[in-house]
Amino acid sequence: MNKTGVTDRRCEPLLRDLLRPALTSAVFFMILTGLAYPLLTTGVAQLLFPHQANGSLLERDGHVIGSALLGQNFIRQQYFHPRPSATVTSDPADPDKTIALPYNAALSGASNLGPSSRKLITQVAERARAYRRENGLSANAPVPVDAVTASGSGIDPDISLANARLQAGRIARARKLPEKQVLMLITQQVTPRQFDVLGDPRVNVLKLNLALDANMNAIRRPAAQ
Amino acid sequence: MFDNVAQFAIVVVVMTLLAIAMGKWLARVFTRTHHGLPERWTYRLLGIDPDATMSWKRYSMALLLGNAAMMLLGYLLLRLQGMLPLNPAGLAPQSPDLAFNTAASFITNTNWQAYAGETSLSNFSQMAAITFLMMVSAATGLAAGGAFIRGLSRRSTAEIGNFWVDLTRIIYRVLLPLCFSLALIYVWQGVPQTLSAGITATTLEGAKQHILMGPVASLESIKHIGTNGGGFFGMNSAHPYENPTPLTNTLDILGMLLIASALTYTFGSMLIRRRQGWAFFAACLVMLLGFLAVVYSAEQNGNPLFAGVGVDQQPGPLQPGGNMEGKEMRFGIAQTSLFIATTTGATTGSVDAMHDSLTPLGGLVPLAEMMLNCVFGGKGIGLINLITYAILAVFLVGMMIGRTPEFLGKKIEATEMKLVMLAVLAHPLSILGFTALATAWPGTIDSLANLGPHGFSEVLYAYTSGTANNGSAFAGLNANTPFYNTTLGLAMLTGRYFTLLPMLAVAGSLAMKKNVPESPGTLRTDTPLFTGLLVFVVLVVGGLTFLPALALGPIAEQFLMSSGHLF
Repeated sequence: MNKTGVTDRRCEPLLRDLLRPALTSAVFFMILTGLAYPLLTTGVAQLLFPHQANGSLLERDGHVIGSALLGQNFIRQQYFHPRPSATVTSDPADPDKTIALPYNAALSGASNLGPSSRKLITQVAERARAYRRENGLSANAPVPVDAVTASGSGIDPDISLANARLQAGRIARARKLPEKQVLMLITQQVTPRQFDVLGDPRVNVLKLNLALDANMNAIRRPAAQ
Repeated sequence: MFDNVAQFAIVVVVMTLLAIAMGKWLARVFTRTHHGLPERWTYRLLGIDPDATMSWKRYSMALLLGNAAMMLLGYLLLRLQGMLPLNPAGLAPQSPDLAFNTAASFITNTNWQAYAGETSLSNFSQMAAITFLMMVSAATGLAAGGAFIRGLSRRSTAEIGNFWVDLTRIIYRVLLPLCFSLALIYVWQGVPQTLSAGITATTLEGAKQHILMGPVASLESIKHIGTNGGGFFGMNSAHPYENPTPLTNTLDILGMLLIASALTYTFGSMLIRRRQGWAFFAACLVMLLGFLAVVYSAEQNGNPLFAGVGVDQQPGPLQPGGNMEGKEMRFGIAQTSLFIATTTGATTGSVDAMHDSLTPLGGLVPLAEMMLNCVFGGKGIGLINLITYAILAVFLVGMMIGRTPEFLGKKIEATEMKLVMLAVLAHPLSILGFTALATAWPGTIDSLANLGPHGFSEVLYAYTSGTANNGSAFAGLNANTPFYNTTLGLAMLTGRYFTLLPMLAVAGSLAMKKNVPESPGTLRTDTPLFTGLLVFVVLVVGGLTFLPALALGPIAEQFLMSSGHLF
């Protein structure tokens, strides 16, 4: 043992003693933490939670229609619309440029516009006008903030309850349903705070729209018989 | 309001309990002499004698050489991506300057990303390059923290431990078991863990949606436990696959704080000065809660310019309200604010909301926390920084009352003060120097996404984040240019090694000294009074250094925004 520090000091110029552990530790820990650890986690996760480990995918009639966790774009009148999305994709005409592609799950993205950006305020004002027009609100009606701001990921699956309820009238008209029924469906589909305390109550747009479609089918089927 | 405060309270209580449990465990890891069987095999493979101890110089040399080899290996893997497996999309390797930036970023625990994971890295690179570098950089930081505490706890000796033993033990006894368990909880909540690269879905409206996934959970757990912060996907923890529920968000926050807060307990435990550990814990907690209050109120109040165009930002039972640009619904304002205050406090750098779109005062919080760099701080480094400030505080007070400053029973003399000042000055010099260079360099302004003071904030944020080894960004800045890749890479290396090495030298120097017996004139450093003094010194030294730069960025923007000025 080198309690006096004498042995140690004599070794100091010998970088050679440090080279072997430096090189072998890099390779060994790469294999252990970069390959063995993620592969073992994958094996166990696939065994215990196969649905979640493979992306919580939702199927309808045998086709994958999306993931319960990822938002997707809806523009038709009879569906609830998600929040604005700032995701882009590369322009097929010029690969150096990008074009807007809302809810692109292959490249998450946000506006990254600062709070005093003229572009942001113009965008928000335009979205608010479009939202009021679409949902038949008066020209000065306040619009829920989540309905006119882009999310961080660009694939936010949720909207606020306030936003969903303001869209209910439009959907009732487009689907020829009583508005009360649509509002009831929203209440059924609310995701509450986790364990009653974490996060904020919200509505998953894809699940809500799936429930809407299922609800219509349930009404239509007895009528057809 | 009540719901939000309840969430804050839960996090603080759970964090404190975990800090005690983890702190005890870490003290055992750093002090026990027993070597486990897999550890002995590893030492034989590395060709080292686990019982040989090192002086601080040799310890630092081993740390530097080990990190250099790991960084080189990471760089090679990124450059060879095209030839390696699990790359169905045929992604091209990163360019030399980008691969240098990425490797420097991950080995220094910064995790700045000048690329988007989706379009730049194969699943193999995500595991073998990124997860690997995250794991070893976290272990390196924690090893340095442990060696530092060991140095302070010893007297009349030149040794502070064995780097290879510390590195191996931390990986086997702390990081791997924790990360594996946490990864499984993440998967249960919805984080994917698969080798498949993804699937194409047909949406309800008949459009195609290409969904990417991969081994996300195993990266996500070390990302937070190791206070790394680099995301699997471009939008990091805002992405629903990285952070699907409020529970995962809370676990992320607790994971980031876990080891950083536990080290204050470990410190108290190893030095047998438990009150001192709690005094440091309290100083960090006070600063964290202060910053949380600022960012929460700024974001909940929202953007005054939105109100002008008829946007409802009032919180209520139907919506969280506040400034939701760049934020996710499932986190609302409370979970998001908590994440922001933690991620730069604990220098993780993951983001669950876009910091570029925060209100000016909200954005000031992450910036200021990185400038102080000790609000719990990163793995090991946070405690080291805090002790740097503590020595400075002891020195200032000692000068005022005309006594030789003492800290933990050791005399603080010229050698230590020089090293402390080197560590304290390297940080602002790198941040302010590189920011000044970037604002003057031709063409660098083209990278900005925002104009006016916010544009300046983007550049300042980038170099602060790089130097503080944080890695979060005002992401509008296009930093993937040769100038930014190179200078940010240098800022990260400066920030990491010029704080770490001088302080290891301080530990080495203090370990050599004899203990001075306490006298009635000794300034006690484990009292609420000293905690207050410490917070004061951190804020004054940190604050005064950076105030002019902050005045040009977020503070100017706040005033202009409230007067309705747009850019």
